[in-house]
Amino acid sequence: MSLPSAAIRFDEVTLGYGRRPAVHHLDGEIAPGSLTAVVGPNGAGKSTLLKGIVGTLRPLEGRIRLTGASASDAPIAYLPQAAEIDRSFPLSVYDLVAMGLWSRAGLFGGIGAKNRTRIEQALAAVGLIGFERRPISTLSGGQMQRALFARLLLQDAPVILLDEPFTAIDAKTTADLLGVVRRWHDESRTVVAVLHDLDTVRRIFPQTLLIAREPVAWGETEAVLSAENLLRARRMVEAYDPHAAACERGAA
Amino acid sequence: MIELLYSPFAEFDFMRRALVGVIAIALGGGPIGVFLMLRRMSLTGDVMAHAILPGAAIGYLFAGLSLPAMTVGGLFAGVIVAVAAGLISRFTALKEDASLAAFYLLSLALGVTIVSLRGSNVDLLHVLFGTVLALDDSTLLLLAGISTVTVLALAVLYRPLVVECVDPTFLRSVSRAGTPTHLIFLGLVVLNLVGGFHALGTLLAVGLMMLPAAASRFWSSDITMMMILSVLIGIASGFGGLLLSFHAELPAGPAVILTAGAVYGASVAFGREGGLLWLAWPGKHLEA
Repeated sequence: MSLPSAAIRFDEVTLGYGRRPAVHHLDGEIAPGSLTAVVGPNGAGKSTLLKGIVGTLRPLEGRIRLTGASASDAPIAYLPQAAEIDRSFPLSVYDLVAMGLWSRAGLFGGIGAKNRTRIEQALAAVGLIGFERRPISTLSGGQMQRALFARLLLQDAPVILLDEPFTAIDAKTTADLLGVVRRWHDESRTVVAVLHDLDTVRRIFPQTLLIAREPVAWGETEAVLSAENLLRARRMVEAYDPHAAACERGAA
Repeated sequence: MIELLYSPFAEFDFMRRALVGVIAIALGGGPIGVFLMLRRMSLTGDVMAHAILPGAAIGYLFAGLSLPAMTVGGLFAGVIVAVAAGLISRFTALKEDASLAAFYLLSLALGVTIVSLRGSNVDLLHVLFGTVLALDDSTLLLLAGISTVTVLALAVLYRPLVVECVDPTFLRSVSRAGTPTHLIFLGLVVLNLVGGFHALGTLLAVGLMMLPAAASRFWSSDITMMMILSVLIGIASGFGGLLLSFHAELPAGPAVILTAGAVYGASVAFGREGGLLWLAWPGKHLEA
């Protein structure tokens, strides 16, 4: 499949809540078609960074731009940390996955035979054949994650953001879903995933961004995940300073 | 025996009108109630019903028991409270349930005060509990119009409403439809409550919305089916309640809501989807 690959460009970006930065002074570019892991301790600003890219959180300063995919009207597919779905809602797995067609069907558009085939294929790709009519309340954690990956497949976006997609997921499911991630990479989509398992990062992800409230290292995974860098990231303070002064960096 | 079921409607014009009125309310109110319930806004409906009171009361203060004045007043007050409560919870530390509770108490007190300024206790009872047995042509047209608009609007908004309930983050990441959908939905809630208010009064208007919806949850786990069931339960409650009030000489509005309450109680006890009876005796577990 030849998609217009998209790059994500950060211009001195600071993201945060109130005036408190969660990530500050991020400057650089996630290359088109790259497969990047975002790594860092808890509270490092990893999820905040993804929210900034999706656009649900506006940067306090700086700018985040997508380049190369501006023509596409739904350039980003985003999988947030699991807990935000109302699992008690009476909805079938098929309908949940079909949501991924939103950019094509929109508010009112029908879902034709061709799209039904796509839904079947997406369900097959994540190993959920036979689950179509099951209510989402009956899914296990791993099955839910498979369904959400199927939805991402259908979104067919040039940029895919995954926030801790394999937390509390067993080895078999993780391996299957990593297969899907590799497939996206082969289709030259730009994939960014927040991960904690450094072995997985080293095995699968060529690029890594190590952050701890600000970028610690960014580039080839092997170089970034050096013992020295990891130690530096761990030392960054999580608790914020109640008397912090205005940040002067970048002002000069 | 069978005659008891239809003779009141065959003989009396006011009973026929009341039946048409409750059917219209059930048609619009049922699906709205289902969405309120699934969006965990059941109590919001209750609050909005109270919020209508001061507006309707001001209409009453100026024009007496006039349909247009009270309708317009109620619509305004409902929309103002919906928006104000939403804004307060969005921009201050107060959660939505607390700000709604504040509005609901204020509205009720304010409404009762305004009605008492001019009217008698009879008028107050009229506003609080409605006059389902005295629906005139224009009120019936209003009720029918509201349920028509509601059903059409829900058909259009169905997809974003469902997606916003299940996964608001996802909807925000693919579309900007979330906030307008929510606002239109709140508008529909107010509209239906204003309609219901003429027949059942401000205090009971929300009854034909929430009770059938809550009952339908115990019979189906499919949202379309739940909406159909809630409409059927609403209509049956209206029919049963009117008969009950006729034969037992009970006030009509409360009789309708009590019948809906009985259906709800039966559903809690016997419903196939998580009813008490099925929880107590689920049967032996299956092989897979």
